[in-house]
Amino acid sequence: MSVESFGKLGAAAIASSVRAGDASRSDMIRASFERAREIGAGPDGLNIYLHSDEQASLEEADAIQKRLDSATDVGVLAGVPVAIKDNIASLGLPTTCGSKILAGYVSPFEATAITRLRASGALIVAKTNMDEFAMGSSTENSAYGPTRNPHDVRCVPGGSSGGSAAAVAAGITPIALGSETGGSVRQPAAFCGVVGVKPTYGRVSRYGLVAFASSLDQIGVLGRTVDDAALGLETIAGFDKMDSTSSDVDVPIYRLSALGGLPPDKRGPEGVAMESIRIGRTSVPIPPPPSASTLEGVVIGRPKEYFPDSLDASIRDLCERSLDRFRSMGATIRDISLPRSPLAIPVYYILAPAEASSNLARFDGVRYGLRVDPGKGLKAMYEATRSQGFGPEVTRRVLLGTYVLSAGYYDAYYKKAQAVRTLIGDDFRSVFSSGVNAIFTPTTPTTAFHVGAISDPYEMYLNDIFTVTANLAGVPAMSVPIGRVRRLPVGGQIITAHFDEYTMFRVAYALEASLGAEAHQ
Amino acid sequence: MAVTREDVLHIADLARLGVDGARADALTKELSAILAHMEVLSAVDTASVPPTDGIGAEGTPLRPDERVSPLMERTLESFAPAMRDGFFIVPRLATHEDPAESGA
Amino acid sequence: MSRERYEMVVGLEVHVQLKTRTKAFCGCSTDFGAPPNVNTCPVCLALPGALPVLNERAVELATRAALGLGCKVNPVSIFARKNYFYPDLPKGYQISQFDQPLATGGSVAIGKNEAGADVQIGITRLHMEEDAGKSIHDRYPGATAIDLNRAGVPLIEIVSEPDLRTSADAGAYLRTVKQILQYLDVSDVSMEEGSLRVDANISVRPPGQTKLGTKTEVKNMNSFSAVERALEAEFERQCALLDSGGRVEQQTLLWDGARETVRPSRTKEGSHDYRYFPEPDLLPLKQDEKWIGDARSHLPELPDARKKRLVQEFGISPVEVEQLTATPALAEYFEAVARVSGDGKAAYNWVMGEVLAALRASSGDITHFRIRPADLAQLLNLVRDATISHTAAKRVFALMVETGKLPAQVAADEGLLQVGDEDAIATWVDEVLREHPEEGTRYLAGEKKLQGVLVGFVMKKSKGRADPKRVNQLLSARGG
Ligand SMILES: [Zn+2]
Repeated sequence: MSVESFGKLGAAAIASSVRAGDASRSDMIRASFERAREIGAGPDGLNIYLHSDEQASLEEADAIQKRLDSATDVGVLAGVPVAIKDNIASLGLPTTCGSKILAGYVSPFEATAITRLRASGALIVAKTNMDEFAMGSSTENSAYGPTRNPHDVRCVPGGSSGGSAAAVAAGITPIALGSETGGSVRQPAAFCGVVGVKPTYGRVSRYGLVAFASSLDQIGVLGRTVDDAALGLETIAGFDKMDSTSSDVDVPIYRLSALGGLPPDKRGPEGVAMESIRIGRTSVPIPPPPSASTLEGVVIGRPKEYFPDSLDASIRDLCERSLDRFRSMGATIRDISLPRSPLAIPVYYILAPAEASSNLARFDGVRYGLRVDPGKGLKAMYEATRSQGFGPEVTRRVLLGTYVLSAGYYDAYYKKAQAVRTLIGDDFRSVFSSGVNAIFTPTTPTTAFHVGAISDPYEMYLNDIFTVTANLAGVPAMSVPIGRVRRLPVGGQIITAHFDEYTMFRVAYALEASLGAEAHQ
Repeated sequence: MAVTREDVLHIADLARLGVDGARADALTKELSAILAHMEVLSAVDTASVPPTDGIGAEGTPLRPDERVSPLMERTLESFAPAMRDGFFIVPRLATHEDPAESGA
Repeated sequence: MSRERYEMVVGLEVHVQLKTRTKAFCGCSTDFGAPPNVNTCPVCLALPGALPVLNERAVELATRAALGLGCKVNPVSIFARKNYFYPDLPKGYQISQFDQPLATGGSVAIGKNEAGADVQIGITRLHMEEDAGKSIHDRYPGATAIDLNRAGVPLIEIVSEPDLRTSADAGAYLRTVKQILQYLDVSDVSMEEGSLRVDANISVRPPGQTKLGTKTEVKNMNSFSAVERALEAEFERQCALLDSGGRVEQQTLLWDGARETVRPSRTKEGSHDYRYFPEPDLLPLKQDEKWIGDARSHLPELPDARKKRLVQEFGISPVEVEQLTATPALAEYFEAVARVSGDGKAAYNWVMGEVLAALRASSGDITHFRIRPADLAQLLNLVRDATISHTAAKRVFALMVETGKLPAQVAADEGLLQVGDEDAIATWVDEVLREHPEEGTRYLAGEKKLQGVLVGFVMKKSKGRADPKRVNQLLSARGG
């Protein structure tokens, strides 16, 4: 298999060829690392990976190859190389969250999401670069230098999951895990021209995800295609007794959504056939070619707050083209309003830093990670460790969070923001209870910007303006490539009701099939 | 509500961030600028919003009182900055920090 | 003195470790005395990515404690983070409860006032929280050693109203709360092992004034009597301050037991800003009415109820019952002996006498006492039926403690079964009179007061087996 062809293979295709014995797991590892070298993913190039170990990955692949009989292997992701954002605890490779304070730290336990990936046959090849502790929208806040956008190395890949988005965009892995707090999967997916999914809050266990803002954080999936993202999410989703906020709502087979309108709570009438579709032992193409009835009965909302007059006209045009495609596939487009959405950025930048200020208190130089001890007692050790271990954006947000929680300010900021968060969620609830099945918006107000172009913190925060509402409301959302502006990718966002990832994928599969190559033009 | 330099030094102390003078001035400006954007919230009527606490059908899941082996694939020594005889070792408290006030 | 011009106003915060096998939010053992940091895991070490999951048993025990202390258990309670840095607090915050605690509004009776009415002390709130680890400052020079085995152990904090007016009342309140918690079997409540800790809030005011004075918080007391002494010392300090025209300053004070004094802690007031906010890693704790109702109906018998019942059922006095019910284990032991033997009075005498003496001698505790209540009851019955003498019974008891054998068998093996047979006793009496001619002659001549001495000789000769009643009768008959 050529490196070239590997870069175009989806996860399902890789897994089928590994299960069929046409290629070995180590072939896939070799191809992935070869592709990384070819594209220049290293620290002096795109700077996508923070930690990887080709030799160890090959040995692991060989060991699994010897253990598993290809004929009986039903691993959905058998032999699929997967890259993991560096804030998800892994065995083997370090977990540093893009921070100096965790330089060299190797977790003694593994995140549930990674354990589930391994159980379905995936091979973990790398930990990817990110904004320090996921605080940022450009991956420029990494203590280990910025990641570059594979489409234009002068540009950022977005963030904070910039390394994971770039790995997928560069064809190094078909699937990567990222994490979201305010748009950190969808925004880089849009900037890099890949698919990015933020599941419903509670859908994926947070056990092992290093916390930024616990009430907003979710592990998400980046995929080359909708199908890659669907397979990735299906693998990691579901209840975990180690995470009190994880939900035990049934996880449907998301691939089935590509075939039509089966309700998400049905796993299908024929278990065997369904299972075949799940692991790709079927001749049915996923997704099938679109028709005038593909989205029949689906009502898609177009919220006016997400199409402001100030929106870049080219991005608006690409969104309108997607809405036209929805119509042509039988969907109804309805103008809607989410009136409290413009308040989302202020709410988010109170609540997320507040939780972060508490979540990051554990990085104190006592039990693990960096310790800087000037020899002047305990408090001096804390302050030296934290001031040298955290970068400027983390320091800024921890201070902001400490401030809004401190005596005298709690009610005016934290409590108020919590109440407005409820109102933002109410907007979504009322839209979805009025018969709207999905909401469509641009993912970001702009395309990828140049490294170093944005220096004002608040201007950077505005990158999350269309994505952060889904985190505040807890609903699932994803970004799908819908075209390009001046050669840079543009993402369209699909948002659905709580735990209705099924409909979200149905719409996404249809849009992807309908746009075809236009999605990347 | 503009943030003062004293506020910044106070919260930096609470957060053990060791902010020095020059940085405190810059942060005072940055935080004030960011918080100015938050003022829009004060105009939102939230009187009718029930407290978010306690809403939702489910309560927190409970774990049986059973011992679980910690499943640590690495020892504490492999990541602790300083250990001795099984203890984590930290610098002694300076005089203004009182050991008897630890904990609840 | 101060006592006439000022009134002491005290509220207490009692922290109690719940009796669970594992920690509040992880599966680590709560066993006391393990090597440092052995009972730890990603969760209680606060490793990056670890998350808490609440221990069901901790909720059950906390709820039981709340109901036993007369509190209203809230159907929804909220965990909150209390943020502060300390090296034995791994997460940099303690998971506690703040705005919506587990329970509110209880009370306990700590005795009677002059008018004979119950003195009720209000309980403001009872909430759940986790313990911190241990910082050891005197082990290595210039360094502090951290052991996180305790970190995450489940606690409840019981906050009283400022209803206490004397240090003696404070002591009584603490003993009452401790006893109730023992009866509820929710905690070991041992200050020595750290499973019970007390902080006090104290202020003074002129009698009759309703407004509260400025309070101080006193910490670092290691026994109930230390609490009482610390309150006295702080009361005197505050009174003296006011008398000299000064003002009480709100502050935290530490009790120095060696010097019998309080000293201000060196931490600046106001430097604590705990920045409480709802813990986002846990959902609200929900307990529906039915669950709370079930817990209420399964509450163990509380001390007051048990005292009343024991007095009624076994005819012991109110003073005696206080001793017997000091701990639930002792009360249960007594009740079992009394029930099987059918003799409350004898059971009381034996339990408070021989049993406690034996426990003291071996520094054992009643729950592990070698003689089971049913066996002690059997011994009591042997005495009642005159199968063995009271003197012999004490010897049998000692041997039962030593060997763990049953009383009848011990008595038989040792030849201690009482002899009531006329002929045998007559023979012993004859022999005694022969061997002690002087006392014998004087007794027979009418010196009645020697009868006791002679009975003693007979008992000795018979090795305690002679039935003393019979001996007395026989001697009386001889002495005519
Ligand atoms: Zn633990």
